[in-house]
This record gives sequence, structure tokens and C-alpha cells, in this order.
Amino acid sequence: MFGYSMGDIGNIMVMQGFSGLSMFTVLLLMALGLAIIFGQMGVINMAHGEFMTIGAYTTVMLSKFAVQYNIVNYYFIFAIILAFVIAFAFGYFIEFIMIRHLYKRPLDTLLATWGLSLVMQQTFRSCFGAKEVSAELPEWLLGSFKPTPDIDIPINGVFVMGLALIVTAGVYIFMYRSRWGLRVRATVQNRVMAGAVGINTKKVDRVTFALGCGIAGIAGAAFTTIASTGPTTGTLYIVDSFMVVVFGGAASIMGTIASAFGIAQAQSILQFFMTSSMGKVSTLLVIVAILMVKPEGLFASKLRK
Amino acid sequence: MSTLNRRGFIKAGGALVGALLAAGLITTNAFAADFPTAKVMTTGLAVTDTTVKVGILHSATGTMAISETGSIQAEKLAIEQINASGGILGRKIEVIQEDGASDWPTFAEKAKKLLENDKVAAVMGCWTSASRKAALPVFEKDNGLLFYPTFYEGLEQSKNVFYTGQEATQQILAGLDWIAKEKKAKTFYLIGSDYIWPRTSMKIARKHIEQHLHGSVVGEEYIALGDTQFGSVINKIKLKKPDVIYAAVVGGSNVAWFKQLNAAGLNSTKQTMLTISVTEDEVLGIGGENLTGFYSAMKYFQSIDTPINKKFVAEFKKKWGDKSVIGDVTQAAYLGPWLYKAAVERAGSFDVDKVQAALPGYVLKDAPEGPVTVEKNHHLTTKLRIGQWQKDGQAKIVYTSAYIKPDPFPKGYQ
Amino acid sequence: MNAISNKLLGGKQGAIGLALLAVLVFVVLPIGVDIFRLNLVGKYLTYAFVAVSLVLLWGNGGILSLGQGIFFGLGGYGMAMFLKLEASDPISTKIQTTPGIPDFMDWNQITSLPWFWEPFKSLPLTIIAILVIPALFAYIIGFAMFKRRVGGVYFAIITQAIALILSILIVGQQGYTGGVNGITDLRTMLGWDIRTDSAKYILYYVNGGLLFACILLSRYILSSKLGMLLLAMRDKEERVRFSGYDVSNFKIFIFCVSAMISAIGGAMFILQVGFMSPSLVGIVPSIEMVIFAAVGGRMSLIGAVYGTLLVNYGKTVFSETYPELWLFLMGGLFIAVVMFFPNGLAGVYEKYAKKFKFLRKFSEVTPSKATEIAKKNDATPANDIKEIGAKA
Repeated sequence: MFGYSMGDIGNIMVMQGFSGLSMFTVLLLMALGLAIIFGQMGVINMAHGEFMTIGAYTTVMLSKFAVQYNIVNYYFIFAIILAFVIAFAFGYFIEFIMIRHLYKRPLDTLLATWGLSLVMQQTFRSCFGAKEVSAELPEWLLGSFKPTPDIDIPINGVFVMGLALIVTAGVYIFMYRSRWGLRVRATVQNRVMAGAVGINTKKVDRVTFALGCGIAGIAGAAFTTIASTGPTTGTLYIVDSFMVVVFGGAASIMGTIASAFGIAQAQSILQFFMTSSMGKVSTLLVIVAILMVKPEGLFASKLRK
Repeated sequence: MSTLNRRGFIKAGGALVGALLAAGLITTNAFAADFPTAKVMTTGLAVTDTTVKVGILHSATGTMAISETGSIQAEKLAIEQINASGGILGRKIEVIQEDGASDWPTFAEKAKKLLENDKVAAVMGCWTSASRKAALPVFEKDNGLLFYPTFYEGLEQSKNVFYTGQEATQQILAGLDWIAKEKKAKTFYLIGSDYIWPRTSMKIARKHIEQHLHGSVVGEEYIALGDTQFGSVINKIKLKKPDVIYAAVVGGSNVAWFKQLNAAGLNSTKQTMLTISVTEDEVLGIGGENLTGFYSAMKYFQSIDTPINKKFVAEFKKKWGDKSVIGDVTQAAYLGPWLYKAAVERAGSFDVDKVQAALPGYVLKDAPEGPVTVEKNHHLTTKLRIGQWQKDGQAKIVYTSAYIKPDPFPKGYQ
Repeated sequence: MNAISNKLLGGKQGAIGLALLAVLVFVVLPIGVDIFRLNLVGKYLTYAFVAVSLVLLWGNGGILSLGQGIFFGLGGYGMAMFLKLEASDPISTKIQTTPGIPDFMDWNQITSLPWFWEPFKSLPLTIIAILVIPALFAYIIGFAMFKRRVGGVYFAIITQAIALILSILIVGQQGYTGGVNGITDLRTMLGWDIRTDSAKYILYYVNGGLLFACILLSRYILSSKLGMLLLAMRDKEERVRFSGYDVSNFKIFIFCVSAMISAIGGAMFILQVGFMSPSLVGIVPSIEMVIFAAVGGRMSLIGAVYGTLLVNYGKTVFSETYPELWLFLMGGLFIAVVMFFPNGLAGVYEKYAKKFKFLRKFSEVTPSKATEIAKKNDATPANDIKEIGAKA
């Protein structure tokens, strides 16, 4: 077939399948935090990408520290935790000073958080410089894993995949198996009633928002294994993340997972057969076309304004 | 050039600086008196008896700030050195810096502002082709003077622009010749970001590979700017097994590209790659370990082992910090102010037309990259170097070409 | 007669506001600033078209489009294509492989003019295209979305995605569109050099005249029954629907009108700036244009113009002196306007005018009834921040 041996084609199919999966987990990590904030609270956080960048810069800073003290092989786990904590704390703070005043005006949150993203970008630039930086990665994250001599499975891809699984499972447990999740869901479904039965809805909002931001921080930390970090890195991810969430149907975590999977596979396959940028455009076009026919997204109860 | 000695002087020590400045002032005045303003400037430019205004127009904000910061630093360093050595025709350079904000219309607006409002005598600036294309009509209409530092796609020659970087054929042909000979390469995979420079470069590369090297191009791929997912592209490359990957990926994508390439097992022990878009600046973001063994074709590397370059590197680091690195474009940007100074002094005038006429034929002897000649087509005759990246982020120069004349409109490559 | 002038001008107070703006745009600025700055003002005023269109769409219709850059861009590319074809006559492009086609096509090995460029050889067809294509595009988007009752943030995100797709597409198809570089080096329109100072003055006035025409048109729409319905839909869409109106048709109509107004701005932008770039189509300019309207007051047509001028003036001044500060300021402006001044400049003015006697006198020059109408028409209530908050 086309002058390639069957073995070649088989190997490529395995690796291509993996690259689709890998893109899926990247999209999932990006969108998960957003799905919580947007899906559960109806807040459009345009600064979501910048929260990822916070996580990424945390990792980069910590890696410099690790190089100094020669603990490069272990620091990454701490970096992820620290990225979560910092992004969470900052999200908590932003909710307190800004978002909570705007719950009744979702369109205005969009503008205000866009403003926030500009301020954050410039802050990154002032603090860390305009140039892109990279984290020093531990040895065990580099290279590839070879089941056969001709198949290379990138280890960082496997790592991101594992992390995405853990985070998704964590979110699921938090939302559907914990008391906190119960409160969050109660607040989403009926704020007044939730308040009436003694749930501190304001606190629930704050924690939910902060949690979404914290997950963005984890995503940012994970992405240092595949790309570099600059002040405007976040803007690269924001539209993709929103498309995943909207396509999946805002209020459903299952929907987000399914849509991330669909978009990733479609884009990965299209990019194999077309040029890369046309693959991306075609994927986006298909999403928009589907959204026009089915505006509520793939997995959501009917949504009317 | 006597400036060199003066530059060396300044490094001598803080105590000397005051005395030196005073001495400089005296000579400056004497010098400027030989060139009365009315004589050296007849076109309403911002030139006084003691100063001349020069614009710097780069992106200090936005996505391109990553790349353009180095150019701003180099231009400021050069101007500082020129001022310390007496200025141009005895006049100190006053810098007016404008921010293009990574937005092409803003470049046009700011160019207009610099030329029409501030009446600057020359502008050091622009980085991407898009920003130059946006600002170019302004320079042509207002008869301004632009020194443009980036290596670019060619197909342009304006009397109002001096191109201090290489045009495409200078960067591409010799590099391809070398890799074809050295690695006995026959099959090439071309990959670049999706805009005019990579596309034009790849067009030239393809013609050269097919017609002159008798090789074949087994794949040609363009990636949307800012894209960070290369899984599918890398699989395509693995399927085609090219002898050489010829790459022109830029910006944030670059880092993802090299990291994923390595992770997919395509490191330099298995795959030869020659890029035309990776300089020391990019390596900082990509990380030396992801690049080790790959080749870049550039006219300048920080590791060039000449006294002039070592001095330049030391001065740059002194001003901008020990961690700063100098890439090809940064060095080209450093040439701009020096070329301008030379041109004005050859012309004995700041008038744009005279300056334009005076520069071609000039040889800048103490450029960090080695002597360069300004040609009639406003480009520089330079050498091409191939550097092999090392783990520490510096390149080991493995090949230096003879001088290559610039040819922005190459016959047979269009 | 009186009724019509009331509708158009928005009563006496509205007329005074318009007159003041007219004096500023047509007299004070041309006298007060040099041609370079005036050209900049002209460029800002082309953004004001978009801000005005957003007042219609967002302030009064409650529909936030984050894709107005699409229409601005379509109008701009239409005009740019016409000018580029004129600039690419066979004589001045004779060094190309294929003379007579735009230079960027030649660089991309395209040897004949693509079919969709053909209509742009004629100015009348170009003008029609500038108005009709954006409207058509808006109709398709609006039809698909509003008929399914998609609104609010979903509409905002999807328009944003369309803006992204369009800009990737333009960048990717550089043989046909000029790619990242855009369409540059535009010189003449029907042989008339648009780069001369006199041309700049003329274009400035034409631009200002068109802007006022668009404001009057918007006024007329807003003060008609349709305008009332828009406001009603914004605040209580269900009730309007239950009253028997087909809400979606009104929304589609107003979306199309706003697209056309934006496209005119885009076309005028090209004439005054001399080139087109895909960076004007994308997400960032689309959102920035929303902030122009928000700063001026999202419900005040005149406020939108002032808002645009002010923000852009600030951008120019700050980027000349402290480029780093500008993003902080711009971001802060977004946040401050949304959180503290949801009615923008117009809201601040109203509050201020009520507090200070001197200004009250000024506004009491008009009979109280006209003021009432004006208020209704311009709809800039000062005290109902909360009410507006509740609407979206």
C-alpha cells in the first residue's frame, strides 16, 4: 500500500492512535477546570489560560530551585501540587474581590475576566521577562517507551495521560461522592433552597471557582512537559478550552470528556491526512456547524436563555 | 575604526568615565562645529547641533515581545556605544522608542508617528515580515530610513530599507549544499509555520533540492502559528523516513515541536535536522537537551571565536545581564545603528537620500559576525554558518561558507 | 415632520449631544490637531462604527457578539481587495512572474486571479459586496443561532470561535488573502491617491459623515417600535415572545444591521490606513471593540463614539511613553468599567449632571418633556445599575 510495508503502517497506526489519545488528555486537562467554573457556576472565565500559565511558571521556578539543589528527579510531583495550591489561592482571592460581584451578569464577567487576563499577562511579563522559558525536566520524563523497536510512545504523553486520569477521577469523586460536591450541586440547582437548608452558598461559590483555577494550575504544570511557557501562553489554549466545554454541553463533566475525545481524535486524524493548519480549521468548522444545529452541545439537557 | 578603541576605553573603569565623558564632549563640540546643522540636514529632520533623533520600533508587548526584546537590547547597546564614542557627526543619538505591540497596523501607525511627528532621522525596527510590510509604505511615502534586522523571505528591495539580516537564498542554499554533501542526504521533509517566510523559504529550498541537489522532497507541512500539537505530523515524518528534516517552525510552536520530536524518539542520533529558525534565543525556551546534535543555518552564532565577537558578547552581557544570550537577529540588529553612523559620516549629511546613496559599498569591518559589505540592493554580503547545538545551549560551528552575495529576487527560484 | 426629527435626533437634548459631537469631529479636531493626528482620529472613528453597532446589538438588544471583528474585517478586506487590484496593474507589477495580479499571489505561485476576486475590479460591486456579504454572513449565523434560541454567553463564545476560524483561514490561505501579512501597499482609488494630505482630509470628513449617518440610522431604529421591542426583549424575552412576537426575527435583523455598520467602518479603515491585516479580524480586536462601547456607555450611541476616542487616545499616549503600563491600564479599564461604571461615560455624565446645579441648568434648557423622550431614546438611566445587572 503506497509503497509502505504493512509493518510500517501498523506501527504508524499505533502511534497515531496514541497521539490522538495524548491530544485528548491535553484538551481534557485544559477544559476540566473551565467545565467546573462555567458549567457549574455559569461564569465565563476568560483568564482561565492565565491560571494555567501560573501553574506553568510555578513549575519553571521550582525547577530552577531543583537544579540548584540537585533534586531534579523528584521535584515535579511537588511542582504539580504547588501549582494547584497557588492557582487555587489566587482563584479564591479573585472570586472574593471580583467574580462574586458579577454573578448576575455573565456577559460582564466575560469582559472583566478578559481585563484580568490582560493584567495577568503583563504581570508575568514584568516578573519573568518576555522570553519563553522551559522547565528542567526530570530524566524519567524524557525519551520514549518502546514496546517494539519501531514504536515510540512518548513518556511525557503517558505522564500527562496519567495525570489527566487522576485529576478527572478526583473531580468526579469530589463532585459526586463528597459532601462538598453535594453542596456545589445543590447550589447550582437551586441557590435559594440550598441557602435555606443551611449551605453557605457564597463559600461554595468561592471554593468551586478556586477549584477550577487550581485544576488550571495543574494543567499548566503538566504542559511544561510538552511546550514552553511565556507571558501569553494562556491565550493559545483559551478558545480551544471553551470549544471543548461548549461542545460537550456546559453542565456535564461526562460531556466535557466526550467532547475532548471527539475533538482530539478528529483533529489528530485530519492533521494526518491534511496539512496541519487546515486540519485545525476543519475541526473547528465542524464543531461550529454542529453547535449551530445542536446549540446545547452534545450532552446537556435543553438549554434556553 | 577608532570607535573600537574608544569602546575598549569605556570598559576600563568607573573612575575613568567622567574624564572620558568630558574629553568626549570637547571633541564632540569641535567635531560638530565642522558640520553645521544647516549644512548636514536640509529636509526637516530632528537634527540639532548636539543631537539626532533615531527611532526604535519593536514589539515590547504582545506575542512577539519574546523575539523582539533581543533586538531592542542590541540596538540600545549599539546606540549607547556610539554616543559614548562621540555620536554621529558629533551629535548624540536620542532614542525615541515606540511599541509595535505585536500588531501590524500599530507598526504602521507608529512608523508614521516617528517619521511625521518626531521627524526621526532613521528607524531601527520591525521584526516579522508582516510588520515590515505594514510599515514599508509609510517609509516609502515619507522617505524614511529603516534598518531591518531579521532574516526574511526576500522578494523585496526598497530604497528606504537596509536589510541587516540575510535574505532567503543566503540562508538556504549553502546550508542545503552542505547537509547534502556532509550527510549524503537525498530525501528531505520540509516543515514550517504557516506564513510567508517559511512558505517562501520552503519554495526556494524545494527548487534547490530538486534541481541542483537531485534529491527529493518527501513531505511539505505548514503548522498554524502557535499550534503545539505535533503528534500527527511526527507520525507522518516517521512514515516517510526522510534523510533530513528541514524546519522553519517559529514562536511558541518551536518548543513543542522539539520536545515532542525528542519524546517520539526522533533525536539527533536517529534523525538529521537542519533548521533555519532556531537561534540562541529560541534555545533558551526549547532547552539545549532537546536540541543537542541538530543543526541551524545562521550567519551568526554567539560562539563565534573572534576577539571582536567575544568583546561584543561581554559588553552585551554586562549591560543586559549574565544570562542573556545573543541570537542571529540580535546581532543583526546591533549592526543597524553602526551602519547608520557610517552612512551619515560617509555622506556628511543626515538627509535620507544622501545617506541611502552613501551606504552601498561600505564594509563594516568590526561587526561581531565578521566584516560585512553593504550591496547596491541594500542587503549585506555575509557568510553562512552551520552550528550544531550543544547541551549548554550554544552552537558548535561546524561549517563556515565563503561570502555570499544577497539576491532578493533569485532567478530560477520563483 | 416634528416626529421624524424627534426620532432621528432624539429630542432636543439628543440633538444638542449630536451637535456637540459634530462640532468636535468636524470643527475642533480638524483645526486643533495636525494631519498626522487627525488621520489617527479618523482611524479611531472607524472603530466607533463597531462601537455604535454594539450599542445597538449589545446595549439595547442584550446580544453580546464577540465577533464584530468578523464584519469589520469583511468590510475591510472587500475594500482592500478593490484597492489592491487597482494597485496591481500590469505595468507596476511587471517584475512578477505573472504581471497584473497582486504581489502576494505571485509569491505563492498563483498564476491567475481567483474567481472571487473578479467582482472587486469594479467599485460599485465592491461597495455592494462590502454591505451585502457581512449582512448575509450575519443572517446565516443569526438564523442558525437565534431561531434555536441560543443567546447570552453561548452566542458570545460561538461568535468568538467563528472569528478565530476566519482568522486562521485567512492566514492559512495566503495565496488568496495575503496571509499574516494582510493586503498591503494600497495607493489609489479610481486613480485618486489616498495617501496625500488632501485625500486624508477628505476621507476624514467622509468617514465622519458616514458615522453620523449610522448614528442617525441607529437612533431611528431605536426610537421606532422595533427599538422598544429590543429593549423589552433584552429585559424580558419570554414576555415579548408570549405577546406574540417572533423574537428571533428582530434579533436577526438587528444583528444584520450591526454587521453592516461594522463593515462600513472596516472599509473606511482601509481607505484611511492603507492596508488590511488579519489581526483585525481575530478575537482580540473583537473584544477590544466591546470595551470601546462599554467605556462610552453601552446604551448611548454618542457615548460609544466618545468611548472609542478616549480609549484609543489613551492607548496611543500610553504606548508612546509607557508601553508596559498600557496593558495594566487597559485590563484595569475593563474591570473598572464592568464593576463600577456599567453605564460607562454616559452613565457618569448623567450622574454628574444631576448632582451639579450648573450642569442641571444646562440640561434644563430643554423642556422637560423632550428630556424624558431623550432619556427613553438614549436610555441611559443612571440609577438602575442593579437593574441592568439583572438583565443579562
